[in-house]
Amino acid sequence: MLGSAIIVFRETLEAALLIGILAAATRNLSGRNLWMSAGIAIGLVGSLMVAGLTETISQLAEGTGQELFNAAVLGIAVLMLGWHNIWMARHGREAAREAKAMGQAVTTGQRTMSALALLIAFAVLREGSETALFLYGLAAANNTGQSSLLAGGIFGLAAGIVVGWALYAGLARIPIRYFFMVTSALILLLAAGMAGQMARFLVQGDVIRPLASPLWDTSAILPIDSVLGRFMHLLAGYEARPSGIEVLFYVLTLLMILAGMHWSKRRSRIYSPATT
Amino acid sequence: MKRVILPLLLIPTLALAADVEHRITISNHQFSPAELRVPAGKKIKLVVQNRDSTPEEFESHSLRREKVIPGNATATIYVGPLAPGKYAFVGEFHEKTARGVIVAE
Repeated sequence: MLGSAIIVFRETLEAALLIGILAAATRNLSGRNLWMSAGIAIGLVGSLMVAGLTETISQLAEGTGQELFNAAVLGIAVLMLGWHNIWMARHGREAAREAKAMGQAVTTGQRTMSALALLIAFAVLREGSETALFLYGLAAANNTGQSSLLAGGIFGLAAGIVVGWALYAGLARIPIRYFFMVTSALILLLAAGMAGQMARFLVQGDVIRPLASPLWDTSAILPIDSVLGRFMHLLAGYEARPSGIEVLFYVLTLLMILAGMHWSKRRSRIYSPATT
Repeated sequence: MKRVILPLLLIPTLALAADVEHRITISNHQFSPAELRVPAGKKIKLVVQNRDSTPEEFESHSLRREKVIPGNATATIYVGPLAPGKYAFVGEFHEKTARGVIVAE
């Protein structure tokens, strides 16, 4: 039971943390709950479909279809996180200031909200399909103690959701002045980390070369399978033994989104000097 | 001029260098061979065949690889080039029995 709880917890955690951060980052936008629920629902339905299709996906592109699929999903997620952050750099502060009456920000907000719903759907899709496969495996195995394994799975799922919710509650307590700074920083690191993971899948699928592999090895200081290492991996994309190309993807994504945010902020100053 | 051209001529040979292929089988939630010896410094094409009817996730923190292999299916995973050493891997869905190690030398 503990084993299955841990596996499902691990799979859930990544999606739950992302949803927690996004829920906090958009807490002032109206219609948020609807969009987020839609994203989760689409992700869950998609998970079952992907789980059913795993064999087909795996056989694609001479057996490396799964890597390409994961890399594509991560790539889209990085684009959406970047887009969200650049959009928020311009409208976030106004939204915070006029939290109660923000007619215009809400209408433009719908666009970033639909992007967020899709982003959540992809996060749930990636982790959910593995969870569904795992639980399907348990159901098919016909072992003794199957129900306790299933109970473990449900327990793991609940624990993952609790951690995501705790992160959300913690973030929601941050004073509004620092709030967008903190959530943008989190989303920025999240996006860069995902870009690094995308590079890893592309190397695993032999699409690109790893360059220096590993570029550094800190597995003795902060192992990736330790609790802190795992947490840093989820939040900031920490890797104990990254390849050169992963670090390159990480840094380039970070710089590109930062540049976009900077550009977006400057434009908002030019067009509405009164708000700064 | 020669200094420029000679290194350029080497590029296609490097890109076309044949992959070293190794096979691992999963049955009864166990890897065989459980210890795989591979040459260090070369890219390895790992072909993992899952003979069980249940899915398995090939996972290795030291190789930094993870891949779901459906029941009765075969998956290809590229690893390396590796520095000499031992790299442990597990089947995450059956971590107690599915364990193995790749030795690069």
